[in-house]
Amino acid sequence: MKLRMLTITTAAVLAAAASGRTPAANEVVIGDIDDMSGVYADVEGAAGVEAIRMAIADFGGTVLGRKITVLTADHQNKPDIGATKFREWADQNGLNVLLGGSNTGVNIAMSKVAGVKKVPFFVIGAAGASLTNEDCTAYTVHYVYDTTSLANGTATAMVAAGGKTWFYLTADYAFGTQLQNAASKVVEAHGGKNLGAVRVPLGAADFSSFLLQAQASGAQVLGLSNAGADFSNSLKAANEFGITKTMRPAALLAFDTDINSLGLQTAQGLYLTTGFYWDLNPDTRAFGKRFFAKINRMPTMDQAGVYSATLTYLKAVKAAGTTDSDKVMAELKRMRINDMFARDGYIRADGVMVHEMYVMQVKTPQESKYPWDFYKVVRRMPGEEAFGPITGLCPLAPAPK
Amino acid sequence: MTSVLGIPVAVILGQLTLGLVNGSFYAMLSLGLAVIFGLLRVVNFAHGAFYTLGAFAALLGLQWLGINYWLALILAPLAVGVVGIVVERLLLRRVYGLDPLYGLLLTFGLALVCEGSLTQVFGASGASYPVPPALTGAVNLGFMFLPLYRAWVIAISLAVCFSTWFVIERTRLGATLRAATENAPLLQAFGVNVPLLVAATYGGGVALAALAGVLASPIVLVNAHMGSSLVIVVFAVVVIGGMGSILGSIVSGLVLGVVEGLTKVVYPEASNVVVFLVMALVLVLRPTGLFGKE
Repeated sequence: MKLRMLTITTAAVLAAAASGRTPAANEVVIGDIDDMSGVYADVEGAAGVEAIRMAIADFGGTVLGRKITVLTADHQNKPDIGATKFREWADQNGLNVLLGGSNTGVNIAMSKVAGVKKVPFFVIGAAGASLTNEDCTAYTVHYVYDTTSLANGTATAMVAAGGKTWFYLTADYAFGTQLQNAASKVVEAHGGKNLGAVRVPLGAADFSSFLLQAQASGAQVLGLSNAGADFSNSLKAANEFGITKTMRPAALLAFDTDINSLGLQTAQGLYLTTGFYWDLNPDTRAFGKRFFAKINRMPTMDQAGVYSATLTYLKAVKAAGTTDSDKVMAELKRMRINDMFARDGYIRADGVMVHEMYVMQVKTPQESKYPWDFYKVVRRMPGEEAFGPITGLCPLAPAPK
Repeated sequence: MTSVLGIPVAVILGQLTLGLVNGSFYAMLSLGLAVIFGLLRVVNFAHGAFYTLGAFAALLGLQWLGINYWLALILAPLAVGVVGIVVERLLLRRVYGLDPLYGLLLTFGLALVCEGSLTQVFGASGASYPVPPALTGAVNLGFMFLPLYRAWVIAISLAVCFSTWFVIERTRLGATLRAATENAPLLQAFGVNVPLLVAATYGGGVALAALAGVLASPIVLVNAHMGSSLVIVVFAVVVIGGMGSILGSIVSGLVLGVVEGLTKVVYPEASNVVVFLVMALVLVLRPTGLFGKE
């Protein structure tokens, strides 16, 4: 009990210390609320803030003659902290747009605030597709990837390669179950079979028990419906127990930072889907190298995505000639997005940013020629295929007849 | 295949074995906590951080200095133990005699600082530590393939736990330690250097945590957060065993690992709460813990 009080007090103090200035009225204020210190801190985190600053600098530092400032906060993977901070910035700091980092649970809580406070909200690092379905708002943009596109990419590729029967290792929260459901549907639609799943508490210390259950199912594919350290630790244990000899692992969400931590020896051959990879074309390479010079790591799809989202928002403000939320949202849904992240991307009525996604396979140590040379492109998925048709679950966007 | 309650016996045996592996970690960590609490009356919330430091010491030792696993098994706990002694001398000794809450706050703060600094310097995603070549491969137990490394973890942790128990309960040094727990001023009057004993004990407890960290590094990704989730469970283990009871912490560590393993088959979603349910039950029925004294 004392510990809990302690945790809450500490959290409150940290949250209070994170920001607290009031910007002048002639500034455009961009907020970024993300996991800055926890398990997802490398996926976007502080390096993501650097990417936002890079985008602002590339845009010229001002828009409509107003200075652009950035507010950042650590949501510590707690939905209440994220939502409270968002509300506070909207009420007191003249927030114009919010960029939401990792964690589907936190982003769902923040999207409710976006709807009430009428502030454009770009979901960057959260995967849950409910953000543009049941939980959609007129101000939400789901920018980088979602559970639908991840499942469409990896599950389709695996079934096509002969992986017909699946067993899932699922992180036991909104993100994991949404990802598993999305993958299950794709597997069935392509004639495969789902043999079962085990729901693993977030941050489990040991995955071997769950993996043996997966192996006992006799399935051909081990669907890893988790992320970050959970993903890495489950793949590591699958290798150790020789499970990867009888089952083929499929990463439903993995970042280049995960592959970097695991090493190619462990990760080789793995299929995964990503919205960005630094080594795709001259534009991505140029961005990757600039980012590397600052951070000493190649950008994840979230870090590239948050850079692109910042630019896209600023372009929309410039085109609309105002920061008025409704006018900017109208411009965002009208414009085409072309930069190092997206080619001819566009934001649909339900908030999904439709753009090309890439099905990748992790290279073997022999195939990798230089640092961060991790993936070969298995398939480029056109945006419409990756994100699928509008479902009609979001009241703003009726399903096509 | 024969089965119990619809679960094949082979699966149950497999999960028991894996439970024993996890239990070995719980036992080693809770043992260190019990030793520290027994003598210092400090609830060492930094224990998870020292476990993480042990793993980082092994990893950085390998990457920077080329120190192999076997040497790391000795050097990392020694290095972290020295850090522990410095912490005890500089900080912890100032809170003795105060409300236990102060020691708890201090160590909890230290753990946060340590975790934050490691994230800042090394990032959150972590790195892999290779399994030592001599321990790769697996043994066929008939009902499962157990990676050799996991079998090694069980063996070494049992050896370490029971030798610690032996030292404390059956040797002269242990008797001195226990005397210091009972009545430190009297022991000092006999000419024993009690502050040194206290510092060494804290260092020793911390070194046990670091050893567990080194043992864990080939199994899990080495990152700044690896200790924080584990340490909460370990505290529950210590409470169940009886605060400060050496044998209690070892036995309940192993048993709870097994209980948790079985839960993972029956109802996996509850596997991270089952330890706390047991703790609640024990606190209701035997408030001093299974092995605790009144």
